[in-house]
Amino acid sequence: MDDLDRRLINRLQLGLPLVRHPWQVLADELQSSARELLDRVHNLLEDGVLTRFGPMFDIERLGGAFTLAALSVPEVRFDEVAGQLHALPEVAHNYRREHPWNMWFVLGCASEQDLSDTLQRIETLTGLPVLNLPKEETYHVGLYFPV
Amino acid sequence: MSVCISRSESSLAQRLVVLTQAGLPLVEDPWAWLAGELELSVESTLDLLKRLQAEGAIRRIAAVPNHYRLGYCHNGMTVWDVRDTDMPRLGALLGAQPFVSHCYRRPRRPGWRYNLFAMVHGRSREEIDSYREHLRYLLGDACAADDMLVSSRILKKTGLRLSPAAR
Repeated sequence: MDDLDRRLINRLQLGLPLVRHPWQVLADELQSSARELLDRVHNLLEDGVLTRFGPMFDIERLGGAFTLAALSVPEVRFDEVAGQLHALPEVAHNYRREHPWNMWFVLGCASEQDLSDTLQRIETLTGLPVLNLPKEETYHVGLYFPV
Repeated sequence: MSVCISRSESSLAQRLVVLTQAGLPLVEDPWAWLAGELELSVESTLDLLKRLQAEGAIRRIAAVPNHYRLGYCHNGMTVWDVRDTDMPRLGALLGAQPFVSHCYRRPRRPGWRYNLFAMVHGRSREEIDSYREHLRYLLGDACAADDMLVSSRILKKTGLRLSPAAR
């Protein structure tokens, strides 16, 4: 990664301008060419430095029902329960966290009814009570990792 | 769903999600490509994107770095028990810190007292510990208890997708 890559990564995290020729505007800003920038984004994606380039949707505004939930899983059953959740398409993310509530996952469902059915199914599958913590207010969403 | 997005706009938006969920093509004129796919003019396509961005349905059209590859290997979910009446001010305050990526109000539950969540990311454990200290200082007396749940393993990460039923 050279200096232009770093400036490009930082700039692209802020977003492509919604103008007629966005890559040309970025090329002018970064004193490069549109072709050069596009090639570099392609390579950064190939290398896995960038995971994605495109519109970042607030998917919740486009329909569906979502929540953050947690389980307190006995250590001896941890991998088994992780496997049960992994198999469910509604589970978008699942993390182990160091806390008595040691498994934290995000559910994405088509409707509130599906969401409540999925929570119920997880309780039945695992035999464990689910801590359901849907967001009530959003104060900030914005990943920015300067390099 | 925002009340400002009309039904036809919402169906266009959903086609847009399906078209670009995996990413925007790396071409010099991405709007012309989108316009072709949506069967709109380039101008209408750009207007649609601007409206969706103004509505918040599109946050931005941006690159998502693999933060682990960039050295941000540590993340902590900081959770705070704050007075409900102070929540709007304190939520905005924590959310405005540059090292906080997500900040939400969530419900208290029996056995779970924390109602304010702020996710922090850093390159070392010490760095996220210092962020937590700073947030604690910002909240002061308005916070009765706090914790930080450090992630130690990713068990699944497929990301949110628009479900087929919602399309």
